[in-house]
Amino acid sequence: MTKEKITGAEALMRSLEHQGVTTLFGYPGGSIMPVFDALFDHSAQLNHILVRHEQAAAHAAEGYARVSGKVGVCLVTSGPGATNTITGIADAMIDSTPIVVIAGQVGTPFLGSDAFQEVDLVGITQPISKWSYQIRRAEDVPMAVAKAFYIAQSGRPGPVVLDFAKNAQVESFEYEPVDVDFIRSYVPVPDTDMTSLEEAAKMINSAKRPFALVGQGVTLGNAQKELLTFLEKADIPCGTTLLGLSDIPTSHRLNKGMLGMHGNLGPNVKTNECDVLIAIGMRFDDRVTGNLATYARQAKIIHLDIDPAEINKNVKVDVAVMGDCKQTLPQLTDMITFAHHEEWIASFREHEQLEYERVIKNEVYPADGPLKMGEVARAVSDAAGDKAVLVTDVGQNQMLSARYFRYNRNRSIITSGGLGTMGFGLPAAIGATFGDSERIICAFMGDGGLQMSIQELGTIMEQKAPVKIILLNNNYLGNVRQWQAMFFNRRYSFTPMMNPDYMKIAEAYGIPSRLVVKREELSQGIEQMLNTDGPFLLEVAVIEEGNVLPMTPPGGTVNEMLLEC
Amino acid sequence: MEKKLYTLIVYSENIAGILNQITAVFTRRQINIESLNVSASSIEGVHKYTITIWAEEDTVIKVVKQIEKKIEVLQAHYFTDDEIFYHEIALYKLATPELENNSYISKVVRRYGASIVEVNPVYSIVKKAGMSDEISSLYDELQALGCVLQFVRSGRVAITKSCVERVNEYLADREMKHLQKNK
Ligand SMILES: Cc1ncc(C[n+]2csc(CCOP(=O)(O)OP(=O)(O)O)c2C)c(N)n1
Ligand SMILES: [Mg+2]
Repeated sequence: MTKEKITGAEALMRSLEHQGVTTLFGYPGGSIMPVFDALFDHSAQLNHILVRHEQAAAHAAEGYARVSGKVGVCLVTSGPGATNTITGIADAMIDSTPIVVIAGQVGTPFLGSDAFQEVDLVGITQPISKWSYQIRRAEDVPMAVAKAFYIAQSGRPGPVVLDFAKNAQVESFEYEPVDVDFIRSYVPVPDTDMTSLEEAAKMINSAKRPFALVGQGVTLGNAQKELLTFLEKADIPCGTTLLGLSDIPTSHRLNKGMLGMHGNLGPNVKTNECDVLIAIGMRFDDRVTGNLATYARQAKIIHLDIDPAEINKNVKVDVAVMGDCKQTLPQLTDMITFAHHEEWIASFREHEQLEYERVIKNEVYPADGPLKMGEVARAVSDAAGDKAVLVTDVGQNQMLSARYFRYNRNRSIITSGGLGTMGFGLPAAIGATFGDSERIICAFMGDGGLQMSIQELGTIMEQKAPVKIILLNNNYLGNVRQWQAMFFNRRYSFTPMMNPDYMKIAEAYGIPSRLVVKREELSQGIEQMLNTDGPFLLEVAVIEEGNVLPMTPPGGTVNEMLLEC
Repeated sequence: MEKKLYTLIVYSENIAGILNQITAVFTRRQINIESLNVSASSIEGVHKYTITIWAEEDTVIKVVKQIEKKIEVLQAHYFTDDEIFYHEIALYKLATPELENNSYISKVVRRYGASIVEVNPVYSIVKKAGMSDEISSLYDELQALGCVLQFVRSGRVAITKSCVERVNEYLADREMKHLQKNK
């Protein structure tokens, strides 16, 4: 019996289903039409969400992936459709987010001829993707898709690009499903060297002031439990990176807060006082370390990571433990001894108190004056509870919501860390509503960033996607304004911004909304937002010239944070 | 740390576009590639790249790891000159009348162990295989004699002095682990 012949486009549908894909974010166009035509018959299994701009498709795929741990998929046309996804691909690369971007491409006979809507997508995306591959023949579809998903989600995850030539979409071949769990040139998880574990354990066992840095690697490895067991056994306090914020409950006694430029005082100061520093699934980004010449020079440093290229990249370490922290953390836990570090842990308190008095009190519990971003974030977090997922845009809204949200569950923060992409928040939040429909997706946006993806209100309208949008409106590109105030003599060059009437915009899209100006209305506004089924836009008029504090100025030293500016 | 000449040997699957990915790693870090040689290796379907750069060891290590991270790259290693046998080849196009009029030129050619591989009334071609320095100084001497019409030299090719073949070991290890996993 001869096998059934199907087109490359149909093979793509079956290959995606074979990978367990249920949701796609995309936008059609000439070079991907055969695929969209095939999709028409698969819409029962493959829920396609039509976005309003391809950049949003990529960010939505990221949001989907970040909340669910599954691969986010987007489907776009060639040329401008493909180039519109570039920011999302770069964002997913630097934040290790597993997405697969499938783009149409002109037929192979036209490649290289500057044909209509031809761009060298593989060439453009090679430096910003984990893997990028051109499908030139229909029979290559099953293998290409299987490899793409394997690469995107194994080891250190990342974005994969499939550039799908039009002839390969329409040609027919005998389809058979393909699985890939091995590529000889690709080692997703490096071997763990036992002696490195022994050395690390020895260092930890003799430490008087151990301190752990927790990054998104713990989220990606689903190793939150393993992390807690490890920290609790040897009584090790920790700080988390922005992307690692929800790897340990905010209220846990060993969680000393956020690291980095706008992190908490305690963990930053203590980085330069600890005797053993244990970095777990984090990459010593410059926004975390500040000046490398003065960073943790006194400490012995242990680095647990899955990516060999991260070892000694920015900070020279004494011991590198390679591997997946889901495995290496329990191995290390077995080898360390029970310990108590009460005094050391208590020594964080003076910094917590100082930060509370000088910064937090005024940001979260201001007695009078205009509303503050921090108090809004804390109020939403308290009202929405553990089901809430914080999605942020970029800027002051990001830093202050991340700082004052409280985290009690895994995968509760979705933010653009490495790339700092304005316009990320709204589409990422849309993606997150599809990634986990049980959770309350709270998107904190600035007035600048909302307008960078404002067209996605259309997607929210059409999908009734239950995004709770909290617009922190300060009538400024606030983050840049703050830097102008601090480092450029208060010369506010193009940071004041005229805003539209957001209530009217929401109304035009049929999205319920409310504007809160006074402190007394805040909790009511939040209640109304949370009690409304589906999407809601809560605009909060916040202080115009508010500042994010504390702050390690760029290139500054982690234990010399500014408490005011 | 001081800059030294390092030789990187990279093995990859034989797929279009890998060279681009490898050179991009150097470009990002503003490292100039001194020489580059790409060819099939002794293993079927595996390509070998021999790249020389001037850099500090710290940087070389980072570059090597970033190259190895590319999905289709099998292995990347770096070496100093004492760890490898290496060679370059150069061709010198000389004016035949000059060569015939000045017997000193052929003496120089012989002194360098170079050979004349083509002679016609207009030009002759001299071939020299050897180390960079020799190739350069032969060029300098011929140039001083005013007879060089064209000169070209290859990138470095290198072979490790070590008794273990790391790519073979790598491939064997990968296959074995894969088989074990699927049992
Ligand atoms: C795409 C993009 N463009 C520019 C920037 C630089 N940038 C960082 S924060 C910021 C201001 C953001 O303003 P807004 O969205 O109103 O947020 P706020 O800081 O006021 O909360 C800008 C312009 C960026 N991060 N991303
Ligand atoms: Mg603003």
